[in-house]
Amino acid sequence: MAQARFNEVLTLDREVPEYKSKDFASDQDVRWCPGCGDYTILKQVQNAMPELGIPREQIAFISGIGCSSRFPYYMDTFGMHSIHGRAPAIASGLKVTRPELNVWVITGDGDSLSIGGNHFIHVMRRNLDLNILLFNNEIYGLTKGQYSPTTKEGFVSKSTPMGSVDHPFNPLAVALGADATFVSRAMDRDPKHLNSIILRANQHKGTSLVEIYQNCVVFNDGVFEAYTDKATRPREALYVEHGKPLVFGENDSKGIRLNGLKPEIVDLGEGGVSLDDLWIHDEKDLTKATILARFFDRPSEHVHFPRAFGVLYCVDRPCYEDGVNAQVAHAVSKKSKTLDDLLTGDETWVIK
Amino acid sequence: MRLQSQPMSEVTIRFAGDSGDGMQLTGSQFTNTTALMGNDLSTFPDFPAEIRAPAGTVAGVSAFQIHFGSNPIFTPGDEADVLVAMNAAALKANLTNLKNGGLIIANTAGFDKKNLSLAKYDVNPLEDNSLAGHQVIKFDVSKLTSESLKESGLTPKDIDRAKNMFVLGVLYWLYSRPLEPSVQFIEKKFGKKAPEIAAANIKVLNDGYTFGEATEIFTSRFEVKQASIEAGTYRNITGNEATVLGLVAAAEKSGIPLFYGSYPITPASDILHGLAKHKQFNVRTFQAEDEIAAIATTIGAAFGGSLAVTGSSGPGIALKGEAIGLAIMLELPLVVVNVQRGGPSTGLPTKTEQSDLMQAVYGRNGEAPMVVVAAKSPADCFDTAYEACRIALEHMIPVMFLSDGYLGNGSEPWLFPKEADLQSITAKYEPSREEDAEPFKPYRRDAKLARPWAIPGTKGLEHRIGGIEKQNETGNISYDPANHEFMVKLRAEKRDRVADYIPMQDIDNGKDHGKLLFLTWGSTYGSVKTAVHEARLEGYDVSHAHLRYLSPFPKNLEYILKGFDKVVIPELNNGQLVKMIRDQFLIPAEGFNKIKGMPFTVSEVKQKIYELLNK
Ligand code: SF4
Repeated sequence: MAQARFNEVLTLDREVPEYKSKDFASDQDVRWCPGCGDYTILKQVQNAMPELGIPREQIAFISGIGCSSRFPYYMDTFGMHSIHGRAPAIASGLKVTRPELNVWVITGDGDSLSIGGNHFIHVMRRNLDLNILLFNNEIYGLTKGQYSPTTKEGFVSKSTPMGSVDHPFNPLAVALGADATFVSRAMDRDPKHLNSIILRANQHKGTSLVEIYQNCVVFNDGVFEAYTDKATRPREALYVEHGKPLVFGENDSKGIRLNGLKPEIVDLGEGGVSLDDLWIHDEKDLTKATILARFFDRPSEHVHFPRAFGVLYCVDRPCYEDGVNAQVAHAVSKKSKTLDDLLTGDETWVIK
Repeated sequence: MRLQSQPMSEVTIRFAGDSGDGMQLTGSQFTNTTALMGNDLSTFPDFPAEIRAPAGTVAGVSAFQIHFGSNPIFTPGDEADVLVAMNAAALKANLTNLKNGGLIIANTAGFDKKNLSLAKYDVNPLEDNSLAGHQVIKFDVSKLTSESLKESGLTPKDIDRAKNMFVLGVLYWLYSRPLEPSVQFIEKKFGKKAPEIAAANIKVLNDGYTFGEATEIFTSRFEVKQASIEAGTYRNITGNEATVLGLVAAAEKSGIPLFYGSYPITPASDILHGLAKHKQFNVRTFQAEDEIAAIATTIGAAFGGSLAVTGSSGPGIALKGEAIGLAIMLELPLVVVNVQRGGPSTGLPTKTEQSDLMQAVYGRNGEAPMVVVAAKSPADCFDTAYEACRIALEHMIPVMFLSDGYLGNGSEPWLFPKEADLQSITAKYEPSREEDAEPFKPYRRDAKLARPWAIPGTKGLEHRIGGIEKQNETGNISYDPANHEFMVKLRAEKRDRVADYIPMQDIDNGKDHGKLLFLTWGSTYGSVKTAVHEARLEGYDVSHAHLRYLSPFPKNLEYILKGFDKVVIPELNNGQLVKMIRDQFLIPAEGFNKIKGMPFTVSEVKQKIYELLNK
């Protein structure tokens, strides 16, 4: 009966129109600071949308609070700009009750890792089939420049005039710790790669986390310059691809080799190390993904490692909403009671 | 000797023992049998706050009170006529709940040296004449039970567990109740899994009954005739169960699927447990990671087109405050259930209070009006939960439904309705639109000021909503000062307009004008109803009106209040409704307050009536 009410209005089976990326732009003026990394991310999401093959009205963007969370207003889909940190929980409620929808969470480093940390880990643990785009700019932008839970120690901000003494989160390590099934990293300044990761995240069934390094030109300009600057990127950014060796550096001259569980940087070609000796990226290997997510932030190791971009980890695990809906469908199919039976209960008596 | 049964019009029995003594089961069995006999009744369990407090201590005492009669019954009874004390601690903790001259049925095995010392008695109260004002009947329940089961082959532990059935048998004899319903219950509960336990319990129950009959320790036996209450088919129900059924019924009747997001909290968790069992009615329950996620998932479900409900108690409602504000801005239908308990902070988790009314009406940042309704009795939780859903769905507005620990755990007979008799709920989703149609306006409004429910998956309804102040109709972000003032007033007007769609306030008992009106809300209903009824029989000119709708108030409330010289508002708090009434109607309403984690007794209310009218 209840399902019938949805069917009164839903148009789920309609033909998917031939969309262009501009069909996903709403009529609202975009209001980020000029030069903000959010613009490219918006563009790449809009570019990716026509390729999903889903009618616009079946897509929902849910955000929290912060600069990035203005995002849903700019997408011509269903959208909700909610409250600080709660987007993963709101999206969970939507997805459990409407599993056929395509649901996206837009969040920032403060939104997802500080005030919303609890929902962030629990949505990944439950593995609801939705995509989380985490715009990490290592700063609170909207509140004008306080350090965030991803800001590096020592950083001088409005709230840390003598430098931050607070140890930062590594978002991908948090995600792996929460048993996320899709863990990836991209950056605003490499739009093509970003686009491909967005599409892969959407393909994955389960919670897909995309951490996106996003430059805040006003309060934290250049914090990711080592990876975004064309001159330094080759030696600082390590693009990983499933089944391919870990290679980086000018002219792909360097590689990563695993010595037991210890990663090492090696020179390729001269000196004898060949591609065959390198660590071959395996998205399904949790141990390797954990090393990959963490190896840049081990202060005890004196070697300077590049930072990994791409899909670090991707495995299949049942989705929470499928479990819930299977139980409900089973119970409905075995339905043995009417509402009157339920109201009557097991024991009654008659007063005459 | 066969005793002649003496008729009685009403009786209150309090079963008390250690948490492990099975007093809740004993009480609920006595309740079911009593209900099946056609008495009117009301019950209230009194649990310890700790799950496993040390056995034998006062902290570990669990009690269950039932008030039943051939008269209409509205409260679980002020003071008990009979106190069953399974051990010394149970006596110590509950003696103040017993009437002067009341009957104590004591298990002497629970008054041995160890139990006396755990209960901190220096001398055995059964022997030092300190109970002289009461009648005491004592026997060794443990010994009698093991006698009864000496050939059963059960372990001493299992035998000891059956002793509550002995007491139940004795009380069935004492109040002339049949054993059959409990025999059936035991067979159903243990019959398949453990037939030897079933047989043992049934034997002990019978032997308890026979013990009452055969020994001469009781000098009288009683009979309570069927009550003269409205004819029809009844069942027994607790407030939390009734809430569950009210929500499921609203979902079925409206055709909108039910979603319940919740985080475990006393005394609201039974609603989560209850709904989790009703998946066949297309109910989805979500045990969230915290109170905020519980309401956030609910908002997501409402956005998706579900009848979305979250439930908690005061501390959880405090955590949900910001999200309720979001739901008010989004203008989505949402029901928030608050099974109130003693506060502030963790307060008194297992005790009752009505101290979250201000929180419900005003407790959010900014001016965030929501509808507030409250149930008056366990069975009324059904109607009020149903009404909360109706208002939420038809007005596209969040509604707070206030229950409390006393209602949630208390039970009473319920003349349950048929689906066909339930008021219809006319909720509708916005239909799809063609590409070339006018742009969709998510905040366009109807006569109720409700906006359309436009759910994802409907062609042409793509729109964005959020917590930022918005323009009316388009829903676009607006920081325009005049628009903000307009929208704040519009949201208040939308809430106030609900008053056009609810019943007028009536007088529960008495004239519609006069010297004195008692105005109640929530669970104080039962004791005030009984007190006013009795006082009127004694010739006092006092009236009683009870509010289900607390925000907005019924439109004629002012007219009613102004018909009385004095309006008194009894509340289990430090004065909350009284402030709202004074504020809104500028009348010198007086508070009458109790803040002890316990309901008003009838005699407390009557005392107040005498005090006010005998001046
Ligand atoms: S403050 Fe920083 S993050 Fe926010 S819009 Fe401006 S540049 Fe972007």
